[in-house]
Amino acid sequence: MKFGVVVFPGSNCDHDAYHVLGTVARQPVTFLWHESHDLQNCDAIIIPGGFAFGDYLRTGAIARFSPVMQAVSKFARSGGLVLGICNGFQVLCEAGLLPGALMRNAGLKFICKFVHVRVESTDTPYTQACARGEVLRVPIAHMEGNYFCDEPMHARLQREERIIFRYCDAEGRATAEGNPNGALDNIAGICNEGRNVLGLMPHPERASEAELGSMDGFRVFESLVGAMARQ
Amino acid sequence: MVTHSPTVARAPEAAAITADLIEQHGLTPDEYEKIVRILGREPSLTELGIFSVMWSEHCSYKSSRVHLKRLPTHSPRVVQGPGENAGIIDIGDGWACAFKIESHNHPSFLEPFQGAATGVGGILRDIFTMGARPIAVMDSLRFGDIARRGKPNEIGKVTGYGAVDEKAIHKNHSLLEGVVSGIASYGNCFGVPNLGGETKFEPCYAGNPLVNAFALGIVRRDEIFYARAAGVGNPVIYVGAKTGRDGIHGATMASEEFREGSEQKRPNVQVGDPFLEKLLLEACLEAMQTGAIVGIQDMGAAGLTCSTCEMGARGGVGIEIEMDSVPQRETGMTAYEIMLSESQERMLLVAEKGREDEVFRVFEKWGLDAFTIGHVTADGVMRVREHGELVAEIPNTALTDEAPVYRRPMQPWQADVPRQMPAHVSLGEKQELTAALKRLLASPNICEKRWITEQYDSMVQTNTLAGPGADAGLVRIKGTDRALGMAVDGNGRWCYLDPKLGASHAVAEAARNVACTGAVPVAATNCLNFGNPEKPHVMWKFSQVIDGLAAACEALGTPITGGNVSLYNETLGEGIYPTPVVGVVGILDDASAAVQPKFQEVGCEIMLLTAAPAAASADALKNEFGSSEYAREILGELWGSPPGLDLHQEAALHRCMAELGSRRVLRSAHDCSDGGLAVALAECCFGTRVGASVALHAGAGIAPELVLFGEDAGRIVISCDPDRSEEIKKVAHQHGIAAIPLGKTVPEQFTVAIDRHTVVSAPVSELESAWARSLERMLHVETEERLVPNVVQRS
Repeated sequence: MKFGVVVFPGSNCDHDAYHVLGTVARQPVTFLWHESHDLQNCDAIIIPGGFAFGDYLRTGAIARFSPVMQAVSKFARSGGLVLGICNGFQVLCEAGLLPGALMRNAGLKFICKFVHVRVESTDTPYTQACARGEVLRVPIAHMEGNYFCDEPMHARLQREERIIFRYCDAEGRATAEGNPNGALDNIAGICNEGRNVLGLMPHPERASEAELGSMDGFRVFESLVGAMARQ
Repeated sequence: MVTHSPTVARAPEAAAITADLIEQHGLTPDEYEKIVRILGREPSLTELGIFSVMWSEHCSYKSSRVHLKRLPTHSPRVVQGPGENAGIIDIGDGWACAFKIESHNHPSFLEPFQGAATGVGGILRDIFTMGARPIAVMDSLRFGDIARRGKPNEIGKVTGYGAVDEKAIHKNHSLLEGVVSGIASYGNCFGVPNLGGETKFEPCYAGNPLVNAFALGIVRRDEIFYARAAGVGNPVIYVGAKTGRDGIHGATMASEEFREGSEQKRPNVQVGDPFLEKLLLEACLEAMQTGAIVGIQDMGAAGLTCSTCEMGARGGVGIEIEMDSVPQRETGMTAYEIMLSESQERMLLVAEKGREDEVFRVFEKWGLDAFTIGHVTADGVMRVREHGELVAEIPNTALTDEAPVYRRPMQPWQADVPRQMPAHVSLGEKQELTAALKRLLASPNICEKRWITEQYDSMVQTNTLAGPGADAGLVRIKGTDRALGMAVDGNGRWCYLDPKLGASHAVAEAARNVACTGAVPVAATNCLNFGNPEKPHVMWKFSQVIDGLAAACEALGTPITGGNVSLYNETLGEGIYPTPVVGVVGILDDASAAVQPKFQEVGCEIMLLTAAPAAASADALKNEFGSSEYAREILGELWGSPPGLDLHQEAALHRCMAELGSRRVLRSAHDCSDGGLAVALAECCFGTRVGASVALHAGAGIAPELVLFGEDAGRIVISCDPDRSEEIKKVAHQHGIAAIPLGKTVPEQFTVAIDRHTVVSAPVSELESAWARSLERMLHVETEERLVPNVVQRS
């Protein structure tokens, strides 16, 4: 069981993902350079947060063309596990591995703070150890986290239970007050049809150790490691 | 001594050097004479440009150098003191910490977003030039008023500025907004957590906002790099962004006052590219691992000129470079322009001859330019060639050590304010102290700064144990048990009233903030923001501030390892308050023992640790009260002097905090500063749903305002489990510190009684709603929540 963390020029949460997998979850983990097609036999790929290629163009719009993403797309389409966090979620949307887009926050400012998200489905490798309706306290840190898709797609995401995380208040109500960035239907994370690709705006890797203020994010990695062990 | 080649060619575009040209370059006739004397001939235009930037106040410290020598710079922990890109201290376990604070005041006024962004970029480069990976930044910001206050005219009179009108307030809003987005955009993209800092508002900063950025990085003790050239024949390699025409004469601009039309200097402000800087960071750290790099320096102020002659001078060698080899963004650039450009995200390095390819391979991997532009020579001379022809030939030391040093005239000065509490001010009559507390909590200098700090990524790198809103930032060092604490503080108003005492307070408060986390303050960096040094009273204040800093740093064991001086912060002849800003770094040996700033739960005992040796007299308290936030905000007055400060007691307080922290007997600790004890107590309750019930004692003739809102230094509000209070008193007593019981944490209600009379009483939620979001209300910005449409599910 081996994890790969993709490194684009401008990735800046790559070391954080590496740390949580290697040191906290104690799993084998390696970096995957953007210019390589070789996924080094990894069993799960993390697309980390950051500003791939500076994000001067639309976020993720350049990263999707990198050689490593061609390999990741192939891997994902054959059922491989791919987790996109923050900028990684944006890259996955641009790469067409997840539907919809992440627009500029409704408040037009970068927001970094702890928020609450509700686990909407436990039927993914990333949430299988959670309880449905469980509220996680995890941080966000983004300028473009305002999820949007058209209505037919939104209906389909709901029907297929592919909305995996919704922003909510501390009590688990998906209210407007609990929505930090204007995301459609409080969407914080979604998965693909095969449920093997997940993208989310919050940073679970920043909430995986008690001294950092929350352990809730570790539920995601715990789930993933558990699911992989069972495979 | 160096002999000069007679083959020096005049730069092609050179006009005859006229008095006008000399003046345009910010050089005095005497300085020009000195240049001719040093060279033994008239300089070429390129040489004139080089002298003008290197001899500018910004690069040469010509007015401040004689005074800076009085600062303490040594301790067993100091690995590198002033004179390098950043100071370095040993932090144990084979690790060292590089840190420095720097200003970007002038550019931030002209172009707030880019000015502030490149300020962050510059300080980050200073850190990773030393081989250190930046792990945290903080900022100290000063702006003019952002809201009308009670008596703007009287405040205006105090500082010489006119009354605050709507237009001025709007301008200050836009400066604040631009500076904050600039800092956010650069740091967030680069990927370094911003742990907050401080933001203050005073009318005197309206024409000269201050943007001081403090950065800290860590490096293995045996992998530190220095900005020193060595090895004759070694290649000099240029890496990073291409050179453009931006920022030419930035250093000279930062060495002048603003006049009418200074906005036209906007092209002198550089444009930042944080993505490129991130690549430069990774590439430099990776290239350093090859072992092929001899020395490295970033190109900041005065760009290629400064890095070339400084690296040569430090290594006692010369450097010769060819302009044609410098990567250029624009066509037709002259040697003059290339040498003076302040394009961002560039580095100059010296590599071992024959190992260039190892360096090039790393930069190529990261998609960055890297070109050999010259080589190291034996003779200590900086030579610049353009198409092979010499256009500048200057001994390094002429630009560095032999730069002019001025002992500027000084004149003692006293703020034009009453020394004692004016007769028309009356205290102790008004009974609406709860309302006063709310007003104070909502005031610009005290209110919640979440609107600012939430725009910064404060958690990237997953090391942040305490971020914005805490007394000090705290970052863990992965792979060790340790954490580093950092805080930045300054109080311009106090320095205006008493420069020396005010400066000591800046060090004491920054160190006290660090101490509140349980960390031991060990070193400091300073950013000295002043007006025009050619005015004798400004220079006197500067000198006083140095004395105040020196005394405090000495007493508190925090030597200054570097920093920055920013002079000429004047617009139309009006200067800022003398504003020394001090960054302090501390070490917490056991990160798991970190002390929290807020009350943790109901039923704890609240105590005040105080360094003040004895109760001050009513008159002394009244005189000091004129420097408080209450006097400024509620009374609209300024008088007297800053609170007294006993530095030895202050040091004892910090030692006491460290011991209490390591004994794990504290539930919380929070510094008592702006707004005094009442504000400090209220802040301890915010965000916790815990309230406080406190009983205070006032001496004879002491008004309740003085007790609640007086800003006596050297005080820390702590809380503990009741069974720990005796131990705390004992430890405090051993350190000569008083631990005064104040009361208890209770559910939700905030009550303060003085001599058994309740003077403040309100639910915590009410106080918190005055404090929270007050900044947004003043800025008239919608909260993001309100902007979020309730229904967006329309296709």
